[in-house]
Amino acid sequence: MSEHAVELVRVDKHFGTVVAVDTVSLSIRNGEFYSLLGPSGCGKTTTLRLIAGFEMPTAGQVYIDGELQGETPPYRRPVNTVFQNYALFPHMSVFQNVAFGLEMRHVSKEVIQHSVFEVLEMVQLPGMERRRPGQLSGGQQQRVALARALVNHPKVLLLDEPLGALDLKLRKAMQLELKALQERVGITFIYVTHDQEEALTMSDRIAVMNKGQVLQIGTPEEIYERPASRFVADFIGETNFLEGKVAAVRNGEVAVEIGDALLVYAPLERDAVVGDTVVIAVRPEKISLSTTPEDPRALPGVVREVVYVGTDTRYLAELAGQVTVMVREQNLAEETARRLSAGTAVYVCWQPQSARLLRG
Amino acid sequence: MKPRSRRDTWRLLVLIAPSLFWLLIFFLVPLVMVLVISFGQRGTYGGIVWDFTLSNYARFFDPLYLRIFGRTAGIALATTVICLVGGYPMAYFIATRPPRWRNTLLLLLMIPFWTNFLIRTYAWLLILRDQGLVNMVWTGAVHNLFLHLATAYPAATLFSSLAGLTSVPLELFGTNGAIIVGLVYAWLPDMVLPCYAAIERLDFSLVEAAQDLYANRVKSFLRVVLPLTMPGLVAGSVLVFIPALGAYVTPDLLGGAKSIMIGNVIYSQFMSARDYPFGSAISFVLMAIMLIATLIYFRLGSD
Repeated sequence: MSEHAVELVRVDKHFGTVVAVDTVSLSIRNGEFYSLLGPSGCGKTTTLRLIAGFEMPTAGQVYIDGELQGETPPYRRPVNTVFQNYALFPHMSVFQNVAFGLEMRHVSKEVIQHSVFEVLEMVQLPGMERRRPGQLSGGQQQRVALARALVNHPKVLLLDEPLGALDLKLRKAMQLELKALQERVGITFIYVTHDQEEALTMSDRIAVMNKGQVLQIGTPEEIYERPASRFVADFIGETNFLEGKVAAVRNGEVAVEIGDALLVYAPLERDAVVGDTVVIAVRPEKISLSTTPEDPRALPGVVREVVYVGTDTRYLAELAGQVTVMVREQNLAEETARRLSAGTAVYVCWQPQSARLLRG
Repeated sequence: MKPRSRRDTWRLLVLIAPSLFWLLIFFLVPLVMVLVISFGQRGTYGGIVWDFTLSNYARFFDPLYLRIFGRTAGIALATTVICLVGGYPMAYFIATRPPRWRNTLLLLLMIPFWTNFLIRTYAWLLILRDQGLVNMVWTGAVHNLFLHLATAYPAATLFSSLAGLTSVPLELFGTNGAIIVGLVYAWLPDMVLPCYAAIERLDFSLVEAAQDLYANRVKSFLRVVLPLTMPGLVAGSVLVFIPALGAYVTPDLLGGAKSIMIGNVIYSQFMSARDYPFGSAISFVLMAIMLIATLIYFRLGSD
């Protein structure tokens, strides 16, 4: 058994002149819940199809369980897919759908019978064997699709936006259920999604993609707390971007001048010299507002807008009449929700290590 | 759905009146006439003697007519099978092209049918007869080639026997084969179009799902594509089989005097033998057989 369930080595996929996947390299470990996250058209589904064998790479290699796949057709790969629209066979019953893969591999009738009932139990669909897919709700169809793939005990399960067609509440419930299921069966999951929250909730690791390229690979915390680029910071969660020029570099810290004489600080996580154009990224929930200057680095500003959103309150604060930052404050007590009003003069500050230095 | 008021009932009647009228005058009345005539008898001078007899139906079971009917059924079946084997892949090919190509390909399929049916069938006569296009090449170029080879290699007796074989024209015209060629040519689009409609509607992610579940190309076709496009295939087969079973023009032109089909028998009963009752009886038997065959076929196809 190879350490990696799936490895992609400098894989390219071109459709005519369109580059769908551009030198993508991934190493997905055994038993990992791995998400490919990106906006639509970023190449994440094509990457999944390259692993499944529905597409063959223009260049580069795909390894599954240590074996080079080359031109191996999908029906000879030890992977199974849960399709975006489920792709259940409409002319077959739930039982026949789930049994299909086992039947194709000439598993005996008794074993098929046993396995199908077991897996339907696992996805909480017992007693539905005789139904046709058309008689099931979206959520039930989703479970059948999952059962149909899992019953084969694949090396790797590929999921292409499997929760995309479900309503929000069901989707949230299924996210947790899928994660629990994955931990129980111990199969490697490769999960394609454009929903950053879904990826953060479920994944062990995430590969963020855009325009066919992988921009960053990391745990949800790494991706969220230390985005490697402006795109990643912007795509995952909300971020304030402060553009400016490096004014000073000292003690592992960089001071950036944004606008006119407004200095902000960030840890020096990448090379920067005085005069470089850079971007400082700060998450709204890392910023605090106070009416007194508690921190010497606090920036003076004015509250411009207050929006109450239940769990927290969002403020728009204008810094020295030049830049606007978004601030999120959790509503710990009822009175904190109405602490500040528009027009209040405030001091805006954040921990230096909360700010990220990114290329301009 | 039940009409809720008298007004709805009237509206419904007004709406279906034209088609009802059309069916009554041009379908039901002639049908009843044929049925009534089929129980009559041929008069001495060709008229109809109105007494009730089943003798016309009994006469259909004469070996002479049974043989013709057997041949007719065989030809119609062969035509359907050939149309199926040729038409389904054609439909599959067209349906799997990029959308902008599909209409062009369908148009190309239809273009020959802008020409009159009689003329198209007559063209086949010019191709298949003894002095026709095929035999011109056979007894001309092919014959000359073997003659040439036979003189060049006198030791190889194969060439001289082939030269002998090609010296006489192939017997193409006036055979069942000629009729089948003509019928396949005439009814192929009626097979391709319903098959195309079914395949075009097919969700090809289902094929990917089958392949993902270890079904190779053949198995994914047999287990997924074929069952899901079966309605188109059944419709196409019925659309080809029924006109082929009742064919008249094609066997008349391409079958010569030897190969006749049941349609020609019916024609001759009405036009030459002037035996309207017997012609009517054959028509009714044919209709009953078509009906039964179609029902059985639809039942099989819907499984």
